[in-house]
Amino acid sequence: MTTGTEQVVEAEIETAEAGKNESFDGAIADTDKNESTTEHHHGPAKGISRWFFTTNHKDIGSMYLWFSLTMFMVGGCMALMIRTELFQPGLQFIQPDFFNQMTTMHGLIMVFGAVMPAFVGLANWMIPMMVGAPDMALPRLNNWSFWILPFAFSIMLMTLFMEGGGPNFGWTFYAPLSTTFAPPSVTYFIFAVHMMGISSIMGAINVIVTILNMRAPGMNMMKLPLFVWTWLITAFLLILVMPVLAGVVTMMLMDIHFGTSFFSAAGGGDPVLFQHIFWFFGHPEVYIMILPAFGIVSEIIPTFARKKLFGYSSMVYATSSIAFLSFIVWAHHMFTVGLPLAGELFFMFATMLIAVPTGVKVFNWVATMFRGSMTFETPMLFALAFVVLFSIGGFSGLMLAIAPADFQYHDTYFVVAHFHYVLVPGSIFSIMAATYYWLPKWTGNYYNEKMGKIHFWLSFIGINITFFPMHFVGLAGMPRRVPDYALQFADFNAVATVGAFLFGFSQLLFIYNVVCCIRKKNQASKQVWEGAHGLEWTLPSPAPYHSFTKPPKVD
Amino acid sequence: MAVTNNKLVIKLMGSTLLMFGFGFALVPLYDVFCRVTGINGKVDLTPGTYLSSSDTDREIKIQFIAVNNEAMPWKFKPKEYSMKVKLGQTYSTAYIASNSTPNYMVAQAVPSVSPSEAAAYLQKVDCFCFNRQPLDAGERKEMGLAFNILPDMPAHIKTITLSYTLFDITQASSKVLASTE
Repeated sequence: MTTGTEQVVEAEIETAEAGKNESFDGAIADTDKNESTTEHHHGPAKGISRWFFTTNHKDIGSMYLWFSLTMFMVGGCMALMIRTELFQPGLQFIQPDFFNQMTTMHGLIMVFGAVMPAFVGLANWMIPMMVGAPDMALPRLNNWSFWILPFAFSIMLMTLFMEGGGPNFGWTFYAPLSTTFAPPSVTYFIFAVHMMGISSIMGAINVIVTILNMRAPGMNMMKLPLFVWTWLITAFLLILVMPVLAGVVTMMLMDIHFGTSFFSAAGGGDPVLFQHIFWFFGHPEVYIMILPAFGIVSEIIPTFARKKLFGYSSMVYATSSIAFLSFIVWAHHMFTVGLPLAGELFFMFATMLIAVPTGVKVFNWVATMFRGSMTFETPMLFALAFVVLFSIGGFSGLMLAIAPADFQYHDTYFVVAHFHYVLVPGSIFSIMAATYYWLPKWTGNYYNEKMGKIHFWLSFIGINITFFPMHFVGLAGMPRRVPDYALQFADFNAVATVGAFLFGFSQLLFIYNVVCCIRKKNQASKQVWEGAHGLEWTLPSPAPYHSFTKPPKVD
Repeated sequence: MAVTNNKLVIKLMGSTLLMFGFGFALVPLYDVFCRVTGINGKVDLTPGTYLSSSDTDREIKIQFIAVNNEAMPWKFKPKEYSMKVKLGQTYSTAYIASNSTPNYMVAQAVPSVSPSEAAAYLQKVDCFCFNRQPLDAGERKEMGLAFNILPDMPAHIKTITLSYTLFDITQASSKVLASTE
């Protein structure tokens, strides 16, 4: 254990019953008092070593968020390369093999490099502050789980410059495409996936231990903010499925190098087995990328509707049921592999069942807004767009869940439209919303609201122009992962490319706004948002380097 | 506090390892599941029992298909393309393979049954797919197959298709031989 946490832990035990100052809304925090006692004993270390050796949850949270932003830009450039090639039919700019590497890397980087680290970064920043803990439970582990990531992604990106090129088999890396027919760099890809998996698992363990063991006195489970709840469930999903991903890439490694035949029919294996194991990981994985988003939106909507969240406990139960159901629906990704009728029916109905708890959540968000006194600051705009556009993505998901209809939609742009609607205006918008929402608390300054709103509208219009036409080309039969397409799809593809560039370049505005917010003094209040509730808003802005070294007491 | 943290961390690490193991356990689990339900046309590679007579006169059609895996250069075809067979009686037929390359090669045939529901009722008493098949350059071979169909097969199945895919395992088998030497 580090000396830092021991101090903190001792301080916590000593003062467990000490806090008495009352703040608004029942939450009691004696932050003003402990600020003066903590500020002088140590602040951040100086220079670059601060970032290498830090065990501070705020430093690590920031690093995760910057890392995620970098990967978002890298993955975004790849997406723009894909869209440029698809602007017109025919081969214009890049060769098909490189195109395949771009689609593969875009998917892998956005999933494992942008969305997941962003959520872990938000968890690092916010969970200790929301549950009234001084830091994450395992600070050293926390440092390690972050610093693995840059290496994992360097290895992954390196493959693009290797002989034979990078992974070109799609982000789902189906065998035998990723084993027998893979470029030699696949081994580096496998190693990178192992490292990312270890990083996520360590992050998840940290989150669970923090939430279960480090809550402030009086903060019982049914008082946890929803962001914390959804992250707790996400962390359990991570622990249950990331090892299965590690297992499946290990089997690939053994098939490629050690002469086993897990996925090779010639040796008694089965390529379909790969898909079963992969999607056993893959389906819970998509909920890993959306449950924290549900939590964020459940924090933001009550703040700007100035009402308590409608149906708190039903939100908790709905999230848990979604997590449970995610384990019994994996084969809906494989309706066309030749499942028996009973299997098709089971997976079809189980998948449709997920619409029930999801519907409960959407209903609760709408009910929270109903007769609320709403204002539309940037975080709220992103949260509202989340509710509407995520629901559209959910509906196309229901269409895909219908097994007989899926035979037509399978592997078309309809699927691409579906998962981009749930991931971009779903996960990404929620991350943007969270950033705008908590940025004043992190930096101590307000961001430029007008610029934020312009960023929102450009993004909103951009993604709809990009992804909505994909529904139509998909239904008309355009397959996904193709560098060239039939002439009748030309117009919608041109429109989608224009939208993609609009969306991509408007993100520069976001970066500019964040940088300005860090640099330009525009002092934010402790409360930041008029309607905000929760322990993090009892801390000054910017949140001090060490917060809640004496735990607050929650009634 | 630190002690309870450690306990929880150990438990969580334990479940991580357990799930890693579970990933591998899925391999035999899926196999067992397929075998029990006959899904995926997964066919038993253990020899079935010899049946010579039964009390039914039910006759069905069985079709034979030969498929070469994409890199396999051999000529490969069934001796008979279809047969009428009575349930509960053992029949024999053969597949013909010839190695038209100038090299010694080893092949493995992998069977598949359609409809998959029938997979559980088609028994192979003897089959060339039980063993790897080595052929010298230019060699031709009739590879025997003896099978029967269990009499309790559901009545709605009138035609069964038995398909063999032939894989080139020359490299893989030489590796295994080298490692066992």
